[in-house]
Amino acid sequence: MFKKAERIRQYLRSEMLPSIFCSGCGNGNVLNYTLRAIDELRIDIDKVVFISGIGCSSRLPGYIDADGLHTTHGRAIAFATGVKTANPELTVIIFTGDGDCAGIGGNHLIHAARRNVDLTVIEMNNYNYGMTGGQLSPTTPTEGRTTTSPFGNLEEPFDLAALVVGAGAPFVARWPMGYPYETVETIKRGIEKKGFSFIEILTPCPTGYTPERGLKTSRQIWDWYKQNTLLASKYRQLSDEERASEDRMLIGVLQDVDKREFTAEWAKLVTQFTASGEK
Amino acid sequence: MDEREYAAIRKLLGESPAFIQGDVACAYGAVLAGCRFFAGYPITPATETSESMASLMPRVGGTYIQMEDEIASIAAVIGASWAGQKAMTTTSGPGFSLMQENIGYACMTETPCVIVDVQRSGPSTGQPTEPAQGDMMQSRWGSHGDYELIALVPHSVQECLDLVIEAFNLAERFRVPVIVLTDAEVGHMREKTVIPEFKDLHLVERERPTVPRESYVPFGGGAAAVPPMGFFGLGYRTYVTGLTHTEKGLPATSSAAEHTKLVSRLCEKIRQASDALVKVEERYLDGAEYAVVSYGVTSRVALNAVRLLRRRKKKVGYLRLIGLWPFPEARLAQLGKQVKGLLVPEMNLGQIVHPVREAVAGKCRVAQLPKIGGAIHTPAEIAEAVDKLMTGSRR
Amino acid sequence: MRTEIQLAGFGGQGIVLSGLILGEAAILDGLNAVQTQSYGPESRGGAARSDVIISNMGIDYPKVVSPNVLVTLSQPAYDKYHSLISEKGLLIVDADLVESEASALRVPFSKLADELGRRIVANVIMLGTLAKVSECVSRESLERAVLRNIPKGTEELNLKALAAGFGSS
Repeated sequence: MFKKAERIRQYLRSEMLPSIFCSGCGNGNVLNYTLRAIDELRIDIDKVVFISGIGCSSRLPGYIDADGLHTTHGRAIAFATGVKTANPELTVIIFTGDGDCAGIGGNHLIHAARRNVDLTVIEMNNYNYGMTGGQLSPTTPTEGRTTTSPFGNLEEPFDLAALVVGAGAPFVARWPMGYPYETVETIKRGIEKKGFSFIEILTPCPTGYTPERGLKTSRQIWDWYKQNTLLASKYRQLSDEERASEDRMLIGVLQDVDKREFTAEWAKLVTQFTASGEK
Repeated sequence: MDEREYAAIRKLLGESPAFIQGDVACAYGAVLAGCRFFAGYPITPATETSESMASLMPRVGGTYIQMEDEIASIAAVIGASWAGQKAMTTTSGPGFSLMQENIGYACMTETPCVIVDVQRSGPSTGQPTEPAQGDMMQSRWGSHGDYELIALVPHSVQECLDLVIEAFNLAERFRVPVIVLTDAEVGHMREKTVIPEFKDLHLVERERPTVPRESYVPFGGGAAAVPPMGFFGLGYRTYVTGLTHTEKGLPATSSAAEHTKLVSRLCEKIRQASDALVKVEERYLDGAEYAVVSYGVTSRVALNAVRLLRRRKKKVGYLRLIGLWPFPEARLAQLGKQVKGLLVPEMNLGQIVHPVREAVAGKCRVAQLPKIGGAIHTPAEIAEAVDKLMTGSRR
Repeated sequence: MRTEIQLAGFGGQGIVLSGLILGEAAILDGLNAVQTQSYGPESRGGAARSDVIISNMGIDYPKVVSPNVLVTLSQPAYDKYHSLISEKGLLIVDADLVESEASALRVPFSKLADELGRRIVANVIMLGTLAKVSECVSRESLERAVLRNIPKGTEELNLKALAAGFGSS
């Protein structure tokens, strides 16, 4: 019964366990889903590079027995652009968080989406800067109370999926907790997609911030996600009137189109010059 | 690099000697050194290097990418280095300031890479098209924490080419970022530049591990060791982090001992190689009673001034710093014991005069000759300052 | 030997390009050369200056101290630099644009260029004159250097301009 779990365990760097994650943290789930996706795709782990910035979500590469690059705050996507364009044979997967990739890293996020380099970004959105103790982040809901918004957040949060679609990414998806099989499938699709794939996973952070007061257990938080999200496929079936009054966050695959990808275009350019047999 | 690849590159670079700008010579040097990844961001007066690389990289099967800012540029360079490529970026003062965090990351993770800083007048936006030597200290101390790196200072277009090749060799050999400090004057002047022949090209490649994965120690090997680099895709499953880490690369932030061991090794690997890294040019020092210590474009003025003074029978010598960091303390200390005074002219308000003074430790007088605003020193200004030093006038 | 050549005028007159070409010609002659320039941010107008040092030895100080050859193609440039010329120095001005002492070599580069059909080649005519009188670079090398640095399709026009420069003094 646990054969699958045993298979996945082999991908872990056992010396690094137990992880630093709090009880109820969603990052462990994301690690699990990602490793299952890689395993099911039968990718050679020695050709995968996991890249991250700074934060709890950015600790994921450390737990995986594979090439990993744990970089500076907000910059994972820029480092990843260098890794992938220097060696397009590598599969590059980025783990980041809402603060890391949309706060300090926002500029790199939108440019990578625009540039459409073949990367897969798995962004764990827990609505706060968790590692530093629960401060306001670019995705904290309005009125949310954090350690740096003690009287309630006055700002509007990003809808990161919408932002990345707007920036030009060909593959964008969002899943909360509670959809494990769908999430694994989406991660597989994101990895296989030749282009910039952005997968946002709504991850609980019981220690740092909960989207509603009174949410204490994982069960309660997962239920909150279920109540406050709507499958994009269901949304598409609504009437205009229903849509107008719909304010739940959309989940599922939100964008899946084909676009010219940077490394492929670059290879074409290089071929023009080397076709004459110089190299 | 084999002869065929070299021949293809020679065809691209054109006739030798070339008459090119310093910025362009940096690009030529990079390509000859085997650099196949460049990421950059436009900034005066360094843009010409980016433009040259944008044209050359695809034609040698390399990668050129214009990133969204300088932080992203150095990040991409570090990523590319870990993907196995020799990688470079170029910038000027404001961009160099932005890169400091990631330069520290490159030191901490022992990532070979080359950063060219074409200095311009600051601080802040300053005088974008005017030369200065205002980033000398920043190149050593710009990032936070304790680290050592290597910096080279060309004084001619030829040296832009030659020292960029040397920079790559040192970066690969010591697994460290190497900064090449030029300036708007050298970057934009045109001079005769000889492109080295294949037989004269000596390139260093990073050492790869030869042991199996289980025995590979990515970040250890001894008190001043440079470990072989198991970069990505080789199967070593190397975990690279900017956190304090063990020799195996795993985070060890609670251990003072691990931190001390790691940071000491990162510094010692450079310090202990000082002798190999010290590069100075000396002239007329035999019997000199005074000497001018200079670097970069200022050294050309200094040489002219020293020759002028020697025609007037003054016993003045010349020492030029080519390898700036690690600083050639021993040589300066020796010189300080020989002469009565040293003059340090700089296109800043006094930066390298401080380590000179420190190395000399009071054995002789040390005077500075600062000049800012964009114009390089004139030979007359330097000669006059040496005269003042010789007659004992203050400053 | 150290020959100091200074070219000055307005942005847009090809001052920097001329300096570059001279330096390249010197390299083709097997000599050493350093060329530097300064100019304002404007593409047209503003002051432009190019220094070229030619030597058969290494060149230390890369700027002009006292020019052996000074070319001023604008009045402000003439006013600023003409007193710095060396004792036996050669001063060349564009006769149409600059009022100068009679001792200067006054050539109507702009008018000659107009006669060839394109004002923009005035600087190439100037280079021909400069090379003819100062002999700092050979005609052959100067021609090669000019051809390398002009837009494709303008070779004939530029060679005519150079010839005009050689013939005009």
